[in-house]
Amino acid sequence: MELKTKIDAEDGKQDLLITREFDLPVELLFKAYTEPEIVAQWMGTKVLKLENKKHGGYQFETTDPKGNKHGFNGAIHDFVPDQKITRTFEMEKAPFGVQLEFLAFEKLTDGTSKLSIHSVYSSVALRDQMLQLPFKQGINMAHNRLQEIVNKLK
Amino acid sequence: MNLRRDVFQAIADPTRRAILLLLASQTMTAGAIAANFDTARPTVSKHLQILTECELLGQQQNGREVYYHINAKNMKQVADFIEPFRQMWDDRFNKLEEIMKNYQSKK
Repeated sequence: MELKTKIDAEDGKQDLLITREFDLPVELLFKAYTEPEIVAQWMGTKVLKLENKKHGGYQFETTDPKGNKHGFNGAIHDFVPDQKITRTFEMEKAPFGVQLEFLAFEKLTDGTSKLSIHSVYSSVALRDQMLQLPFKQGINMAHNRLQEIVNKLK
Repeated sequence: MNLRRDVFQAIADPTRRAILLLLASQTMTAGAIAANFDTARPTVSKHLQILTECELLGQQQNGREVYYHINAKNMKQVADFIEPFRQMWDDRFNKLEEIMKNYQSKK
């Protein structure tokens, strides 16, 4: 199936753009980013704090299959309902530093909307490392699965 | 790894992406490739040169003609690099869409 999400990551730049069109009214799309219970569901994370306002902050925590906890947090710089959220994003205990995120919510029709996330990293190298992360995780997961299968054979 | 940087520069340009698409299914001469674009022939040559330097394209001499082909191994590297990231976000957004659709119908 064709992926609906687009990623633009130009070479040598320290930013990237994620865009996606949703079969949802813009109000509902925005809600998915602001209601803690809903954020928790689709992000697969625990929402410890989510202050939807200018100068507010947020704090998420995920638990990986091994039971390790990973924290994410940021400060909300700007908040305009159904239009935009400007915030920082930081993965705690990770070497990626802090990112600046511009989230733009756009109404296309009454029932469709578009989300653009413009993420700015502090360097080109950090951005590239972040892009590779799921790739590496994918490889690790494949290795883990392989290990499990091998263990069962023993 | 320098190659990756070059590869991303190569695919950042829409004409170069179009050239890669053209060559995905066949080998072609520079002239035949250029015939698909409104851009001047030297511009297309320049794009071909960049793609070749990044090792996304290979050249093969066939009589008097030089045929270009895609270097599948390096193209795969491009796809491998960014696709899992895209897949991760696409999965997440699909979930978001599904949850909100349910939310909407419950109201």
